[in-house]
Amino acid sequence: MCLGIPGEVIEFLPDQPDLARVDVSGVRRVINVGLLSDDPPKPGEWVLIHVGFALSKIDEDEAAAALEFLEGIGQAYEEELVALQESMIE
Amino acid sequence: MRFVDEFRNADQAHALSAKIAGLCEPGRHYKFMEVCGGHTHTIYKHGLEDYLPESVELVHGPGCPVCVIPMGRVDDAMHLAANPDVIMTSFGDMMRVPGSNGSFFDAKAQGTDIRMVYSPLDSLKIARQNPDKRVVFMAIGFETTAPSTAMTVLRAAAEGLDNFSIFCNHVTIVPAIKAILDSPDLRLDGFIGPGHVSTVIGCRPYEFIARDYGKPVVVAGFEPLDILQSIYMLMLQLSEGRSEVENQYTRVVPWDGNLVALKAIGETMELRPYFEWRGLGFISHSALRMRADYARFDAELLFDVPGVRVADPKACQCGEVLKGVLKPWECKVFGTACTPETPIGTCMVSPEGACAAYYNFGRLSRKRVKEVSNS
Repeated sequence: MCLGIPGEVIEFLPDQPDLARVDVSGVRRVINVGLLSDDPPKPGEWVLIHVGFALSKIDEDEAAAALEFLEGIGQAYEEELVALQESMIE
Repeated sequence: MRFVDEFRNADQAHALSAKIAGLCEPGRHYKFMEVCGGHTHTIYKHGLEDYLPESVELVHGPGCPVCVIPMGRVDDAMHLAANPDVIMTSFGDMMRVPGSNGSFFDAKAQGTDIRMVYSPLDSLKIARQNPDKRVVFMAIGFETTAPSTAMTVLRAAAEGLDNFSIFCNHVTIVPAIKAILDSPDLRLDGFIGPGHVSTVIGCRPYEFIARDYGKPVVVAGFEPLDILQSIYMLMLQLSEGRSEVENQYTRVVPWDGNLVALKAIGETMELRPYFEWRGLGFISHSALRMRADYARFDAELLFDVPGVRVADPKACQCGEVLKGVLKPWECKVFGTACTPETPIGTCMVSPEGACAAYYNFGRLSRKRVKEVSNS
């Protein structure tokens, strides 16, 4: 739950500017980006996601380093990905 | 020593290790608390204590949201969930936390409608899909997760949903740190500040620690090198006689935090006069509840919540572990009666709990080997 997981913004949902489709380790899900409304991310940019909300923008290097770290953590990250996979935010 | 070899940049880690050792004053013992459970996880996973001189000790703090939920709140949530009109929704981490009569998982196995969700927004969706049911979200966590609950409530309000509510257990990190600073049990030399919480609240709320208590604080990232770098920054402050708040995790944490998130929390929630923390007892102004304007989303007002207080099991020493007074393996039931499969205390439940982290990585650190051989 407390893991911040990096995701790449793919696209915004039509008519719902707060929602964006992101790619997290190959899992594509919709998250809320409303907390970044002061400086919204663009498609191709990376965000750190907590429980379905993007909490901060990060650069690609940080995203790669964070992913490598999370993949090293193992089980806790796998469980987070499984939970994300079951998420159906709309 | 598999974990120690595993992480990248081991050369840099050794270099930092040498710099830390170079700053140690002979005869002085240094104690730093890592507040956040995510840091505890990294420290055990990578055996970081073995990179530190013997005079530098890391103490694990209360920053594990699941760990600090008192048993009474679990019992209250179970009471809510038992209402046949209710669908209880919860993060996975919370599912195994034991109350007096078992956990959410146990209740679910017996037929209670409790559903695991990834996000409060998933809980909101369940409410939309089940208009004849009342959907309650078991909200837990520090300032990292509070904005998501706040944003979800704002969304529910905008949609006019009337079958969705929050059982609010959000806690705030600063009063817990203050309680630890004021506790006579522990003398600390500085803090490794939480990373993701600070993404939301920024670095300013820690300034009183440096100013009023004279202790340095370094907000840190989660990778092994981040933590070693932060310990070096703490040691450097001490050696130069400084006590300041520094940000090692600038690549993610802005000094002022996330203002949109803080505004959403402030709009929907307010501080409770006091809240019970497992192990730490009642702490003033240390938790959040729904504001009166959002009372229609407050499960504590919508339902009859018993508000029970339950003493922690006698054998369990989570309180001492959460305060950093005891190391996980010093607890009487660690690894025997209390394991991740059958946890007695919360610290064994969450992967961020000090006991679970220590148990799962099952490693004997140098210090631990020494203590065992001396006992």
